[in-house]
Amino acid sequence: MLQSVDGSNDVEGRRHWIGVLARAELAFLEQEMPRLKPPSHTWLRKPETGLAMVRARIGGTGDKFNLGEALITRCTLRLATGETGVAYVQGRSHRKVELAAIGDALLQSPTMHAAAYRILIEPVLHELAARSARAQRLAQATRVEFFTVAREAGA
Amino acid sequence: MNAPVDLSRLSPGFPNAALDSQTVFRACLGAMSEPGRVTSLDSALLESTPAGLSGAAVAILLALLDQDTTLWLGEGLREGDAGAYFRFHTGCAIAPSLAQAGFALLSGRDESAALSDFMQGSEAFPDRSATLVVQCCGLANVGDAGEGNCWRLTGPGIRDYRLLKASGVRGDFPQQWSDNRKGFPCGVDVFFASGLSLAGLPRTTRLEG
Repeated sequence: MLQSVDGSNDVEGRRHWIGVLARAELAFLEQEMPRLKPPSHTWLRKPETGLAMVRARIGGTGDKFNLGEALITRCTLRLATGETGVAYVQGRSHRKVELAAIGDALLQSPTMHAAAYRILIEPVLHELAARSARAQRLAQATRVEFFTVAREAGA
Repeated sequence: MNAPVDLSRLSPGFPNAALDSQTVFRACLGAMSEPGRVTSLDSALLESTPAGLSGAAVAILLALLDQDTTLWLGEGLREGDAGAYFRFHTGCAIAPSLAQAGFALLSGRDESAALSDFMQGSEAFPDRSATLVVQCCGLANVGDAGEGNCWRLTGPGIRDYRLLKASGVRGDFPQQWSDNRKGFPCGVDVFFASGLSLAGLPRTTRLEG
């Protein structure tokens, strides 16, 4: 669903930070965004909420199946400085999707990119890594090894 | 033609999508039920439109298109931002050929396509025909019948007759329109758009040029 970016941006990098912004907490974005003093913006597409079918693969590698529908909110906006930001986030918070789109726009600006990455992206990456390490530790503690005894030939 | 949209050049759509598209839909309904009557849309509906497009044409298409419809762009409009604009704001697809288009946006002088080239519908499903939005230079309900592009309209929705002057429309339009009527109930319907003015021409209307 991501829209393309113009040649000056690298698509993979942008895909990555849009994903990180989508997973950031609203409170975090509210608190950190003013530090970047974002310029005003106009809407290309106001925040709108809808359902998206989440698809998965059986066992991670098997056939595709429909896992269920997720509530998605999206918007597109343009900063007064000309950058166009896009955000798709889970849930129905119009404020969060607005802040995430502003973040995406700021990260595309050559002058703002470094500061925005440091303030908006790095702490979230840290938090996400810590969260996944915690989850892994919990899972590891209750891990069960299954063994299968091979059947003897001719039995 | 359905490549990713370049967002950096896109203009905004309706400021209030739900209410504004309802307002425009009502105007389209009015235009089709009183064929040829020129109505004007509120200029507050659209702040800016893509280059080369009239406000009324943009408003009609924003109101009528959705992800189940296809749009054909006439000559001179394909290269601009129009395709990206309608795909972004409405989710419509750009038709691979004009014979498969549910809607078409044309300029009045475009001579690359005739009315009969578009989807005509069938006897069983006359609604499966194309709706054309034709941009012209001016629309008025005054003028002298017989004068260039001043047409005398009669038919359902018109008490006696109505005069419609559409400037900047190709000269053989009356002939094409009379051919369009011969296939009734099949045939295309047309909206004329100029600036913020629009007029409807459903397939039931007779036109003398």
